[in-house]
Amino acid sequence: MSLADVAAVILWAGVTFYALFGGADFGGGFWDLVAGGAERGERPRATIQRSLTPVWEANHVWLIFCLVVLWTAFPSAFYAVMTTLYVPLTVAAFGIILRGSGFAFRKSIEGLSGRRAAGATFAISSLLTPFFMGTVVGAIAAGNVPADGNGDAFSSWLQPLPLLVGALFVVGGAYLAAIFLVGDARRAGDPEMERYFARRALGAAVVAGALAIVGLFVLDSEAGYVHDRLLDEGLPLVVLSLLCGAAAIVVLLRGGRRPLRPLAGAAFVAVIWGWAVAQFPYLLPTGLRIDQAAAPDATLTVVLVVFGIAAVLVLPSLALLYTLAQKDLLESEH
Amino acid sequence: MPPFDLLPLAESSNLLAARNQMAWTLGFHIVFSCLGVALPATILVANYLGLKRDDEAAMELARRWSRAMAVTFAVGAVSGTLLSFEFGLLWPEFMDRFGAAFGVAFAIEGIFFFLEAIFLAVYIYGWKRLKPWAHFWAGVPMVVTGIGGAFAVVAANSWMNQPQGFTLNAAGKVVDVEPLKVLINPATGYEVPHMILAAYMVVGFLVASIYAVGMLKGRRDRLHRLGLLIPLTIACIATPVQLFVGDTAAREVADHQPAKFAAMECIQETGDDQTEYLGGVCTDDGVKGAIGIPGLDSFLVGFSTDTEVTGLNDIPDDEEPPAHTMLHLSFDAMVGIGTALLGLGLWFGFVWWRRRDIPRTPWFLRAVAVSGAGAIVALWCGWIVTEVGRQPWIVQGYMRTSEAVTKADGIWFTFALVMAIYAALTAITIGVLRAMSKRWREGGAEPEGGTPYAPQATTPTGRKPLDVSGNRPVDGGGA
Repeated sequence: MSLADVAAVILWAGVTFYALFGGADFGGGFWDLVAGGAERGERPRATIQRSLTPVWEANHVWLIFCLVVLWTAFPSAFYAVMTTLYVPLTVAAFGIILRGSGFAFRKSIEGLSGRRAAGATFAISSLLTPFFMGTVVGAIAAGNVPADGNGDAFSSWLQPLPLLVGALFVVGGAYLAAIFLVGDARRAGDPEMERYFARRALGAAVVAGALAIVGLFVLDSEAGYVHDRLLDEGLPLVVLSLLCGAAAIVVLLRGGRRPLRPLAGAAFVAVIWGWAVAQFPYLLPTGLRIDQAAAPDATLTVVLVVFGIAAVLVLPSLALLYTLAQKDLLESEH
Repeated sequence: MPPFDLLPLAESSNLLAARNQMAWTLGFHIVFSCLGVALPATILVANYLGLKRDDEAAMELARRWSRAMAVTFAVGAVSGTLLSFEFGLLWPEFMDRFGAAFGVAFAIEGIFFFLEAIFLAVYIYGWKRLKPWAHFWAGVPMVVTGIGGAFAVVAANSWMNQPQGFTLNAAGKVVDVEPLKVLINPATGYEVPHMILAAYMVVGFLVASIYAVGMLKGRRDRLHRLGLLIPLTIACIATPVQLFVGDTAAREVADHQPAKFAAMECIQETGDDQTEYLGGVCTDDGVKGAIGIPGLDSFLVGFSTDTEVTGLNDIPDDEEPPAHTMLHLSFDAMVGIGTALLGLGLWFGFVWWRRRDIPRTPWFLRAVAVSGAGAIVALWCGWIVTEVGRQPWIVQGYMRTSEAVTKADGIWFTFALVMAIYAALTAITIGVLRAMSKRWREGGAEPEGGTPYAPQATTPTGRKPLDVSGNRPVDGGGA
């Protein structure tokens, strides 16, 4: 494994964490959006708010991590993506601003209408941001990003596969969020909310599964390279994802407790790594390989060292944060 | 050149839009990043005093400030994320060519920011359930990581001003990198401390100014007194150090970036015995309407009026920074405000030394009340000098900003959108913080419950409201 490959694995680790935690975070916003009017949506929104508040900022630092690793370790890939997919990326960037500030403001803003406006901003951008991020991923997988950048600003992502991946991102996040919220509601001793989110987790799982099946056909026609490798080298991961996803559904249907989160998480992570395997050795299939895009070795070494430090310092700190949050030692009021 | 011509029209339209978007988003973000860097330390001082001396007013300040920080840090985090996108969306050629070198600093910044976000969450949301001292210590990493993050980001900017530590091939692509040389470049030594001190000044004067306004309105309780004293002391300690660092920085700029220095000091002709101009308008025939102090500029650069200083006549036209008057006035405004803040600090320090109290005259409170805005203006002026003064380069001597800019369409549109969103964000942030402070003053319960915007969104906090002097009745809980 070359240094560049290791850097690519680090990038993918960042993508995985962002997809898991950032994805669940967006999903929380999605369920907030569809929770209904102020009266009806009060309890689910309260559950979502309690879960998200202490962790949402840390969850989103993974995005910055991914961007920084991409532009440092693979500057030409960053260039190609940014100069081609700037439309969905700009929407996603604005979405992140509106989402974060909407979430922060809605707790402290004066008056019901102000809170509603802030909350709606948060919830709608929770839908738009992952969707447009998904179109970026889909456009890359479809091979619509030329290796030397400056691809078409619209036709690169206004295609069935990117749009489908966008939808899949939204539904996947919603699925993860519902699974997390089932556990949080259970811990809070709220069986009604537990059932509420369990139903939604099931719904999201079904939709995600349906989208994934459609996706395989679209993949076949639009992204042949990725499709073929996904069903060949990537097949074990696809199967793993299916098994874990199915097992999670069984656990949900039986109202079971464990191991719901690990199963759902594994189903999700397996897809992400399946995609990585399917793209290998390309960063931008089939124009730019990992080794072609890689920065000089000294820079890659820095990325490695930084990730090593992150593994030693950041991961335990994150674990501490999540543990404190899960033990209800952190709360959104003091 | 007309005095306020920000960017010559010859430059491409995209360049103008991209530079404006970058300037405004950075100008917005930098204020919040100051809060991210220096507010934790300010809060922890109050928290420490509160715990050590069992001082409920200090504890209440720490709690309130940490609530405000929850809002400002969120806005800072998202506006910083936009900047990460903008590197690629606005300056893709720059990232393509130099990402491998420049990115090193950001990779390190990423770690610091990550840790800060984590411990900030633990601190902000750990007030009620963590043990008081454990909670305090959970906050300490915020201070360290805030400074570390500022170091890394400003080192990246220093590198753009004095790039080194990379090898280019014939095609101009980075083929080798020496990470330590990238991080510790000649400008790191003065830019980094200058910015970290600026953050402490901005936060110190800003927070103090809020309490000065309260005291001017007659709120003279212990809470307001401490709320003024703690941040003001921090800012007044930082200010003299800052003036020293800034003075060194100016000399370094004169040595290493003579074009920037000539523009910001309006020096037309190379020579010794240069006049120091205060204010005025820069024209090709020299400075109009300025107060000139003969020889002082040379003296400040080399401690002798014989020091030769490069003038704009020796800078090739296509390497000259734009907007000389704006650069000159920004530089003067920064130094002028810094000096005024030093005077404020000396006044405060002297009176405190004599009678352990703040000066009695309302003029002192009035001065503190405007010091926060003044410090922010000085901060912006400093960044204008650094960034506009580096033009036409994005990487000094290696890459022009015009070569770096995106060819994408619609930058004027995104610029307009950014302006609209940031104007709204600014207004809402200020409104939210003011509303918070009003609620605290009225001693009411926080409207924040588990429910974001339910019909009746108040949840009793189970704690008694503060009485007028900012003290909580005896059995009121808290950390």
